[in-house]
Amino acid sequence: MTATTTAPVAAPPVHTVKRPSGRMRAWATRAPLLPALIFMIAVTQLPFVATLVISFFDWNSLYPDARSFTGFGNYTEVLSDAALRKSVWTTILLTVAVVVASLVLGLGLALLLDRKFRGRGLVRTLLIAPFLVVPVAAALLWKHVLYNPEYGLLNGLLHYVGGPEPDWISNTPLLAVEMSLVWQWTPFMMLILLAGLQSRDHQQIEAAEVDGASAWQVFRYLTLPHLRRYLELGALLGSIYIVQNFDAVFTITSGGLGTANLPYTVYQSFYQAHENGLASAAGVLVVIGSIIIATFALRVVSSLFREEASRA
Amino acid sequence: MSATAVRVRPSSTESGRPGPRRPKGRGLGLVAWLAGIIFFLPIAWMALTSFHSEQDAATNPPSFGAALTLDGYREFFGTGGGASPWPALTNSLVASLASTLLVLILALPAAYALSIRPVKKWTDVLFFFLSTKMLPVVAGLLPIYLFAKNTGMLDNIWLLVILYTSMNLPIAVWMMQSFLSEVPVAIIEAAQIDGAKLPTILTRVVAPIALPGIAATSLICFIFSWNELLFARVLTGVVAETAPVFLTGFITSQGLFLAKVCAASLVVSLPVLAAGFAAQDKLVQGLSLGAVK
Repeated sequence: MTATTTAPVAAPPVHTVKRPSGRMRAWATRAPLLPALIFMIAVTQLPFVATLVISFFDWNSLYPDARSFTGFGNYTEVLSDAALRKSVWTTILLTVAVVVASLVLGLGLALLLDRKFRGRGLVRTLLIAPFLVVPVAAALLWKHVLYNPEYGLLNGLLHYVGGPEPDWISNTPLLAVEMSLVWQWTPFMMLILLAGLQSRDHQQIEAAEVDGASAWQVFRYLTLPHLRRYLELGALLGSIYIVQNFDAVFTITSGGLGTANLPYTVYQSFYQAHENGLASAAGVLVVIGSIIIATFALRVVSSLFREEASRA
Repeated sequence: MSATAVRVRPSSTESGRPGPRRPKGRGLGLVAWLAGIIFFLPIAWMALTSFHSEQDAATNPPSFGAALTLDGYREFFGTGGGASPWPALTNSLVASLASTLLVLILALPAAYALSIRPVKKWTDVLFFFLSTKMLPVVAGLLPIYLFAKNTGMLDNIWLLVILYTSMNLPIAVWMMQSFLSEVPVAIIEAAQIDGAKLPTILTRVVAPIALPGIAATSLICFIFSWNELLFARVLTGVVAETAPVFLTGFITSQGLFLAKVCAASLVVSLPVLAAGFAAQDKLVQGLSLGAVK
């Protein structure tokens, strides 16, 4: 088998069939790609175009006859609506808090797991488990089984140490949602950062240690710069998923107590208030926000991608 | 590096290097164990509570050693008079399996055209797929809802199959592209020279090497479809209700229900836990869209 590696790549293929023309061949290579491409355009791009169009109409589905073009009317209404503006703020707060907290925790856990100790595989499995609970089930678990002020586990444990036993969801609703999400997303961050740690150049680290660098110096000047891209990747992918979070907000607080984020608000404004135009305008705003995050995300992914390609 | 000038004993609280055990190594191993247990505690507690009676589940302080019973599970599976979860579980299974299958059918040829025999500008195509994943679900939800309503597709499981396919296709294309590009070109060329035709090359050369990756991709697609709530909540009703929608609806207006909630959450999460642990080694690659290996 090894002998073939020396064969020139440009060697003419040994097809006995009639050679098709260049254009035909180009389409033959493209053909396997087309079903997936067409499917994606039809199912994801067309609805978004429709959303964009609807967002310029004043359209409540309860009064279908009163549909009219309003230009940017919905946008000015969305942006001047206090509740909607609050949900923009809530979305940002929720996303940033969850991403930062789970990144920091994930980094700590990844550093712990990157060392040899007895039962490392089992601990890794235990740590991944929260990510593998169905999000709705996780939200129910936190809402009823952990946060319940009378007989939830959190207050039950606080009871042992004689601490205060707060009503978590009523007192700190957003924090309650955030804590459940941090619990679910920390494993995700940990996995990405652990992969990053394991791709470090161990010879370089050993050399630094031989030269007398302290653990902190190794971490600060070798590990952290190497991890930067992985931290960025984790933060950006995490943001993309958490900006869109619906399950936790819907289940734990039903968007009440100031926890309604944009996805929940969009859901509510057309599913319950039947305001199609407003919902679409809010949806477009979510997209604009996501595009800003996504531009950075794509840049990070593509630089990692190129690095992998050059290494291969 | 100026740092090297400082002479510090390499006592290493955090040299992530797997090496000889140092004095503090054991302590940090304990910290890792503690962290693992803390993170797993809610799940362990959920499992324990699911086997408790409702009275024992609702106590403060928590009753760790209460008698075990299957009542929570009996309640959940509808022998207590509530709605049976089986239609919802079946729907979820159908939607997840069918969409995963459809994803494979669409993604495998696409990944082939992006790795083994790449089209021109294949990275651009790859990034187009990725960019669709970054479009939030809510952006297209309303038109899809209106479309479904006007075509009578509301409360139809096959609509979810299509949407879940679109949700997972970009991930699958990225993952499979990265798995297929691990197949050495030399082997394929060797097979060609030996006179093997394309179907033979695909089944005998490419498939064996790429199969673990394809399996992991399928498991991850299955998980995401099984977990999905927003589409299912908006687009299904009575007939096509999926397990997550069932979960959100079944705890209303009942007295004590903690054991039942735990049993239900555990049952609904079991397929995901199983699939996730099965795909554990490839999980990062899938979740990071192939960017991290």
